[in-house]
Formats: sequence, structure tokens, C-alpha cells
Amino acid sequence: MIAEELPKIAAQEQEDQLQFKHHIFVCSGTACVSAHSDQIQAALEKDIEERGLGHVCSITGGGCRGLCASGPMVSVEPQGILYQGVKVEDSAEILDSLNSQPVKRLECSTEAPFFSRQKKIVLEYAGKLDPERIEAYIAAGGYTALLKVLTEMTPQQVIEQITRSGLRGRGGAGYPTGLKWSTVAKAQGEHKYVICNGDEGDPGAFMDRSVMEDYPFKILEGMTIAAYAVGADQGYVYVRAEYPLAVKRLKAAIRQAQKNNLLGNNIGGTTFNFQIDVRLGAGAFVCGEETALIASIEGKRGTPRPRPPYPAEHGLWGCPTLINNVESYANITPIIRNGTDWYTAIGTEKSKGTKVFSLTGTINNTGLIEVPMGISLREIIFDIGGGIPNGKHFKAVQTGGPSGGCIPEQYLDISVDYDSLLHLGTYMGSGGMIVMDETSCMVDVARYFMEFCMSESCGKCVPCRVGTAQMYDLLNKITKGEASLDDLAMLEELAEMVKSTSLCGLGQGAPTPVQSTLRYFRDEYLAHIVDKVCPAGVCKIYHHAEVFS
Amino acid sequence: MSRVVTLKINDQDVSGREDETILELARENGIFVPTLCHLEGLSDIGACRLCLIEIKGVPKLMPACVVRAQEGMEVYTESERLKKYRRMVIELLFVEGNHVCSVCVSNGHCELQYLAQKLGVDHIRLEYRSPKREVDASHERFVLDHNRCILCTRCVRVCGEVEGAHTWDLLGRGIQSRVITDLNQPWGDAESCTSCGKCVQVCPTGALTAKGKAVGEMTKHQGFLTTLALMRENDR
Ligand SMILES: Cc1cc2nc3c(=O)[nH]c(=O)nc-3n(C[C@H](O)[C@H](O)[C@H](O)COP(=O)(O)O)c2cc1C
Ligand code: SF4
Ligand code: FES
Repeated sequence: MIAEELPKIAAQEQEDQLQFKHHIFVCSGTACVSAHSDQIQAALEKDIEERGLGHVCSITGGGCRGLCASGPMVSVEPQGILYQGVKVEDSAEILDSLNSQPVKRLECSTEAPFFSRQKKIVLEYAGKLDPERIEAYIAAGGYTALLKVLTEMTPQQVIEQITRSGLRGRGGAGYPTGLKWSTVAKAQGEHKYVICNGDEGDPGAFMDRSVMEDYPFKILEGMTIAAYAVGADQGYVYVRAEYPLAVKRLKAAIRQAQKNNLLGNNIGGTTFNFQIDVRLGAGAFVCGEETALIASIEGKRGTPRPRPPYPAEHGLWGCPTLINNVESYANITPIIRNGTDWYTAIGTEKSKGTKVFSLTGTINNTGLIEVPMGISLREIIFDIGGGIPNGKHFKAVQTGGPSGGCIPEQYLDISVDYDSLLHLGTYMGSGGMIVMDETSCMVDVARYFMEFCMSESCGKCVPCRVGTAQMYDLLNKITKGEASLDDLAMLEELAEMVKSTSLCGLGQGAPTPVQSTLRYFRDEYLAHIVDKVCPAGVCKIYHHAEVFS
Repeated sequence: MSRVVTLKINDQDVSGREDETILELARENGIFVPTLCHLEGLSDIGACRLCLIEIKGVPKLMPACVVRAQEGMEVYTESERLKKYRRMVIELLFVEGNHVCSVCVSNGHCELQYLAQKLGVDHIRLEYRSPKREVDASHERFVLDHNRCILCTRCVRVCGEVEGAHTWDLLGRGIQSRVITDLNQPWGDAESCTSCGKCVQVCPTGALTAKGKAVGEMTKHQGFLTTLALMRENDR
């Protein structure tokens, strides 16, 4: 394909779509599929066929709408009707209503704050794009950014634009993306590689999974632009094998992109060549760490190595390698298409754009959201998230997964950006947000995350391998009401040591949940240790009298 | 060719090449830096964290065995904080396995024991994990006692990098990790093993030893590694 053909494909697809009066999208994200949305789609397809509506009504799978807890979701476009909690039996009624009033019983208001307070850049066209057809993506404006880059911009100009956009890595640390790209571009090497980190191992996180499932072409396009900018000829998407749907969609997308000459040799009729392959991870959390991920792609045991040298200089097979997170790549095409002025207008001074979060825990609207940086936690939890269910009271929100910390009620009004979160002793992380009410015991929460880090530690370095196990034992002792104040002092000493001496981010971050809960909820630790009670009533503490009575 | 640079270690001026590690320079200048996973002649992995140093302007502690010299660098190896962390690393190693010096064939010749004494670890404040671990005596000449293994992976590296047999590897992760021979078979059945004994010589503790030794009788000789490394370099 050459650049001129792209608008033709788009026009053809738009024309095809115009033949239909209605487009039904059935959410095909993992959460809705597990609630049998695939059967609903089959039922709708069958009924459309039986009623002979095939020429007026199209039906396809669509992306996640975010309200995963209310799934399966079905939408009817262009009327903009959204249905929630749909069942197979509802098929007939939905079709009956196509030309009259929507089915009231199933309707889900798209005016609700859950939708209106969000800002969708990564998740643009949410729900209204067939993730399995490149034509649909092209019709929605896909690949215009790549062709613009290849035909109108030098690699240097691309890097400049990404740098000026202020985009920071969405994989956790918030490293400036433009700076990383320019380092890889300047590094010397016969080959260079581009890697997309789709390992997503944080418990409770599913942002990257959704983005890979719903926008596989967008990620490929972002990676291809990155490859052009840094001078790479081969790319890898590293996805955990527990994400079969994401793997399937990515592989299908790669085939379609190749067929349309948007991957492979002479992309878009230019002299630029770039290939992408999918590599599966076996689900070890540590394989999300960039050097361990690279070892894993090389077929070695997935363990981190000391940096420097950084992958930008010495990465895959010893070559300069660009490694970015899924969501980072998903931001690239909007930035190229809409320009840096548009992008820098969103977010805060030092954190530009939006962030996707998976909202879980004790919250009404569990699901996937995208919000502008700088929004307050209160807006996320109470407006978008709909607050705490069952009349319970908000206690804390945990961000940053097992390397992050919790934020108590008094800081609900802080702005959500990289620096404010760091200031509160937690960090942005990849976007997990776990909301807790008064029925959560913070010591138990710390113990849970420590258990996770202990069992996910790769075992290479001593502080993390043994230190996490010792801290876990101490936390266990506290939750059983068997610990002394000396144990608490030891726990704090270990936390400080493991943080400062571990080799990689897993060990360095493992003490954070402990340190953070101690910072805000020290009284709960003391209640377990001194008074031998768990204030939240979560931990089972047996007293001698009970045991012997 | 690497450039020659000057830098400071503990306020002392030293010179070195850009391809030399801080550990090499420190030792060359008579500055003691404790190490366990490092062994001259093997690749460095920065795993034991005993050699951590402070570098002015770098917020994180860095392993001296992998960090290379840079012009104007200011390195500190002996702060109170570093000394405390080193003692804690040793403590963690002691509680992780089952190290009973008084009955060990390596008593008096053990690097872990030596470092504990040298760094002033005179008691253990942490709780012993006392894991149940096995002894593999299936090899005709050598014994592997998992109770004394500190997972420095010197055996894995010497076998792969120097002998070229790659008999040793790691199994499991985290606190469950352990060294294995071939595909987790008894050492005696490991077909790739050439019985060269290099792993036994490089093991810092009594985890890998020769059969037929009584308490304190097992001494190790690691000089062959530097000689081999030098010979290979000259060959190139
Ligand atoms: C233990 C550990 C796990 C990680 N897991 C992930 C992950 O699942 N996904 C990810 O993108 N980055 C993960 N990272 C961060 C990566 O090492 C790396 O910084 C990131 O992929 C860079 O991309 P970015 O600059 O776009 O954020 C992890 C880091 C550590 C230490
Ligand atoms: S910090 Fe933990 S995960 Fe990272 S290298 Fe050390 S043992 Fe492995
Ligand atoms: S000797 Fe440097 S980390 Fe072990």
C-alpha cells in the first residue's frame, strides 16, 4: 500500500458502514466475554439473520466500555444507546426496539459522571471499534499518523514532537518518553529493537490487557512510529500467556498490517522496514522489569541484571533497545495526529495527558477508566467510581500495586500526577487503584502485598529473596497478635534495608506497602501488637483464655 | 582502547581504566570491599549486594563489582549505613539456610564465616528459617549440601563459562530457589557433568565439597580461575 491508498480504504469502509441503519457492538473484552457476551453476540446474529435484518443492521464485537462490573455491555450506534447486564434472552427485545424507544430496563445512561468525567485518548472510540478488522481502524483515522511520519517527518522531528508533548512512561516510573527515544536513536548498533511491555503483573490491574485487546492496531502503529524514530528494524510485543485474547488479537492485527503493507518491508511504499513478533511470558511478575523481560525474550531465565548499562544502550541481544509500556505506545498516534499543543493542554505542568486506571476494590463502579492527569482522587472515587457500596465509609486507596502505597482519606483532594503521588509515599505505577473501606485491615493489606512480593521475588539478590520472606513472617506474626514492639522495629529496619539494597524495582518497591501503611495507620499496627486486637476485625487473634477454655 | 581516568575512593585519589570496576580499583589500592557472588575470572552479576558503595550524585547504592570507573567519580565504601547493610546481608544469609560451623567440613575455610567475623556479625537478631533441605551425595567424588548453599551461583557460572558443561542451573524462584544439576536429576546421574571439580573449588561455603573430609578439612583452591582467564585473554 502507498500513502494515497489509505483514504480510499477509509472511504470504502465508511461507505460500507453507511449501508447500515444500526450498528450493534457487543463488548468483547475479557470481563464481558467471561459473562458470556460471546453467546449474546451469537444470539443477536442469529436473530438478525432470521428477521432478515442483515442489510440494515450490522453486528460486531467492540471494545471495553469501562463499566466492567455492569457487563455484558451492548451498544447501538449511531443512536448512542448503551445497554448493561444484557442476557441472551434480551436479544429479541433489543432488535424489536431498533426503530422505536430503547429498552428502558437495560439502558445505561451515558450521561452519568462515570462517562462524562473521563477523558479518552488511549481509549478513544471506546466500544465503537471492531478490534479485529484493520479496515475499521483505518476508517476511524488509523494509520494516518504513521504515514504522516514516514512521508513528512524526519526521525529527529518525531522525537522532538514526542519530547515536546511531555509524555512520560506509563509503565510505572514515569520516565520521559522522548528522552528515552532520543537515547536509543543516538546509541550505536547494527540492529536496534523496539519492545512493547505488556506483561502487566500487578494484582488487580487490567488496563494494558484491555488496551491490547481493544486497540491492537494502535499499539502496532505506535511501535512502528517509535521504530522509525529510533532506527529499529524488529519489534516484539511481550504479553503474558494469561492474556489469550490479547495475544490472539495482536497476532491477527500483525497479519492484517503485513497484508496491507503497514508492517514488513517498504512500509507504506517507503524505504522503511519493520517487523513485529509476539513473545509470550509465563506470568512471572518480575518479567515485567525491563532487563528480566529482555532476558526472557532471549530465552534465558527471567531475572533482572544491574543497570547501567540500560537497555537503551545494551538491550536485547546486546543491541540498543527501546522498551515502553503498552499505554505509552497507545499515546503516540494521538500525539502525532493532533499535535503537541493539544496534548500539553491536558494534564498538569509535569504530568501531561491522561492515565488509564483499573478501579477495583470496594467501589460501586468497578472497571476501566481514563482520566486527565491532575484530577483529584475524590473525583475518581466518588464521581466516576460512584463511591463506596453498602453505606460503608472510605478508608484508603492503594495505587502502584505491590510496589505502591496507600492514600488515606485526608489526602483525597490531592491531584493525581506522578509527583504528588510520590510525595505521599506511593507512586503512579501502571494504574492499579484498589479502594478499601473500613472493613479492610491495613496490616493485613501490607501482609498480602508482601506475600505477593515474596513469592514473585526472582531469588537472585539476597535482600529481596530473604528479606521479603522475613518481613512476611513478621507481618504474619503481627496479624496473629504474637508480635512485640521489637518485631515492629525489626520490620522497619528490614524495610529500609531491602528498599536501599535490592537489585531491581521489585525488591526496592516491596517494602513500600509496609512503610506506607505504617506512615498513615501506625495505630492499627500498635493495636495488633499492644492491645492484641484487629480494629477492622479481619485478623483472627486468639487469646490464651479462648484457646484453653 | 579504554581511556585512563582518575577518581576518588574514600577521598583517596586513584587512577584506573574506564573498563575497570570500582572493586578492581579498590583492591588494587588496598581498600577492602566485601564480596561473595563476585569471583575473579567469572562474570559479575551484582547479586549478593555485599559490595554496595555510595557514589556522589547517584541516589542509589551501586555494586562495586559491576560499576565501572568514570572520570571524577567520588566513591565511598565505608559509611556506617553501608556497614550496617552488609551485616544485615550476612545475617539474612545465616537465617536463610542451616549454617552450623562446628560440624561443617569447611569450618575455618568458609567465606561466609570469614566475612561474618570480619564485618562484626557476632549475633543474629532475625528468626532462623530452619528450612528442610536435602543433601545430594550421589556423585562419586563430590557432595552437594543444600543446607549450606547461599545461592551465589558461582558454580553455575564456572560450569557454564569456564568448563563449558552447563551442568548447574537454578530451579524455582524467591526463597524457594535452589541449584540443580542437569534437568533436576541427582548429581550422580547428571550426564553433562565432567567431574572436573571446578564448582567445588569456587563454592564459598561447605555446600559443595569433596567426599571423605572431616570437620574443617575442606580447603579450596581458586587460583586456577585467574590463570585460565589470563591464558584465554592471551589466546584472543
Ligand atoms: C518488578 C517490576 C515489574 C514491572 N512490570 C511492568 C509491567 O508489567 N509493565 C510495564 O510496562 N512495566 C513494568 N515495569 C517497568 C519496566 O521495567 C519499564 O520501566 C517500563 O516498561 C518502561 O516503559 P515506560 O517508559 O513506557 O513506562 C516493571 C518494573 C519492575 C521493577
Ligand atoms: S530485587 Fe528481587 S526480583 Fe529483583 S533481582 Fe533481587 S531477588 Fe530478583
Ligand atoms: S560481589 Fe558485588 S554484588 Fe556480590
